[in-house]
Amino acid sequence: MKVTIDGQEINVEPGTTILQAARMIGGESVPPAMCYYSKLKGSGGKCRCCLVEVSKGSEADPRPMPKLVASCVTGVMDGMEVKSITSERVVDARKSVTEFLLINHPLDCPICDQAGECDLQNLSFKNGSAKTRFVEEKRTFEPENIGDNIQLHMNRCILCYRCVMTADQLTDNRVHGVLNRGDHSQISTAISKAINNEFSGNMIDVCPVGALTDKTFRFKQRVWFNKPYNAHRDCDKCCGKTTLWMFGEEIQRVTARKDEYHEVEEFICNECRFDHKDTKDWVIEGPRKFEKDSVINQNNYTRKLDTVTIETEKQILLGREQDRKKISMPAVPLKKDEVQVFKEGNI
Amino acid sequence: MSIETISLSGRKKEVSNKKMTFLESLYLVAIFKGLMITIRHLFTRKVTIKYPEQTRELSPVYRGQHMLMRDDEGRERCTACGLCALSCPAEAITMKAEERKPDEMHLYREEKYASIYEINMLRCIFCGLCEEACPKQAIYLTKSRVMVKSNSDREDFIYGKDKLVMPLDMAINNTKQMAN
Repeated sequence: MKVTIDGQEINVEPGTTILQAARMIGGESVPPAMCYYSKLKGSGGKCRCCLVEVSKGSEADPRPMPKLVASCVTGVMDGMEVKSITSERVVDARKSVTEFLLINHPLDCPICDQAGECDLQNLSFKNGSAKTRFVEEKRTFEPENIGDNIQLHMNRCILCYRCVMTADQLTDNRVHGVLNRGDHSQISTAISKAINNEFSGNMIDVCPVGALTDKTFRFKQRVWFNKPYNAHRDCDKCCGKTTLWMFGEEIQRVTARKDEYHEVEEFICNECRFDHKDTKDWVIEGPRKFEKDSVINQNNYTRKLDTVTIETEKQILLGREQDRKKISMPAVPLKKDEVQVFKEGNI
Repeated sequence: MSIETISLSGRKKEVSNKKMTFLESLYLVAIFKGLMITIRHLFTRKVTIKYPEQTRELSPVYRGQHMLMRDDEGRERCTACGLCALSCPAEAITMKAEERKPDEMHLYREEKYASIYEINMLRCIFCGLCEEACPKQAIYLTKSRVMVKSNSDREDFIYGKDKLVMPLDMAINNTKQMAN
């Protein structure tokens, strides 16, 4: 099936969504996604961040779709034409959606452990406005303890349901979910039960904001001061392939490896994530690379640097060869007044 | 043309070795000319001041020693977000965060605070980027004329929270002044 996104054509399988097709193309026209997670079945359609304009429905029915559609749950049709970043309506809608998501989100990025790798931070940096129009009081919840490994900050939650789907699809017995309705909905365990399933730690990785964070890493370090390394170990429960977030010789945090859309490549078990904080447990492969504009790259030198040699005598005192040629260009004779200045000086 | 004879600035002058006339060799005119320059300078504006009786006016953008501010209730504003350290071009700032305990509510403003906050004054270039980056208005470069006190040990130039945090009585005075 042929689909055109922002003027870029691509052939995809039937059944692919617009978002997946855009990700195959890559670049600027990929819509942001806060709730859609390609590894989780049934995710998407909740946050409305990925709205796109369909300017031509299909080859058979070329009428444009009247409303903006959520690209993560809309399948492509043959000959479909989609406008993502080129459409003014889409850019405007994204701005509004960002504003809506930030209505109840506290402005505590300086405290939040997710800062620096937060999807909502990236979204509002790209599409948000610098000022808030919201004057009412934000929705708050009582802090709740959901176990020794995972910290829940319900105030920061944007109700993307990713963590619920992770628990449904990875662990055998889900003990948490979304309680109440509407403005009062909250992620919680049924009767203050601790979450201790084998793969429950992946809730932390899938959470797009700082609502679920690693308790063993709580306030230990800002993510951009850590040095991330790819590492692996033999694990009988999971693949064992992780990213270690080191500070000096200390492993401060272990996460799964995330791709450019901040989705984990492979889920890891709780044992790898929380219990192995010793460098002896891991085989370190090398530094993990992040996208160019990520704050995590700050002060990380993952490229090999060439040694710089400065030959003072040759290059500075005498000047470079090409400059010397330029100064005394015999081929281009000076003008008459220039010759005078050249000879006598210009004082 | 060789590199030695080129005048890049255009001010290069060849030194001449021409013989002086009798009048020139008396140096009378030259001495008088020189004296005139000296005398003229007696009537121009003085370039020096009588320090320490007089001090120079500070520029409005003067940046002195750092201070970690307290809010009007005397609680520390800093929440150890690390943005000052990130923005610091000289990499002079280090910090360690800690979680606030329930009985420390009167000491720290936010849930998280800096248990260690150090500025290496030998590295700091007083550019003020930390002040600009701070989202909590916690770090300020004061108008203090004392920048860094002289010392003999390098370790003493790493200023910890004992030297950087605003003294409590200063915070109390500020609050009183605000109330008036």
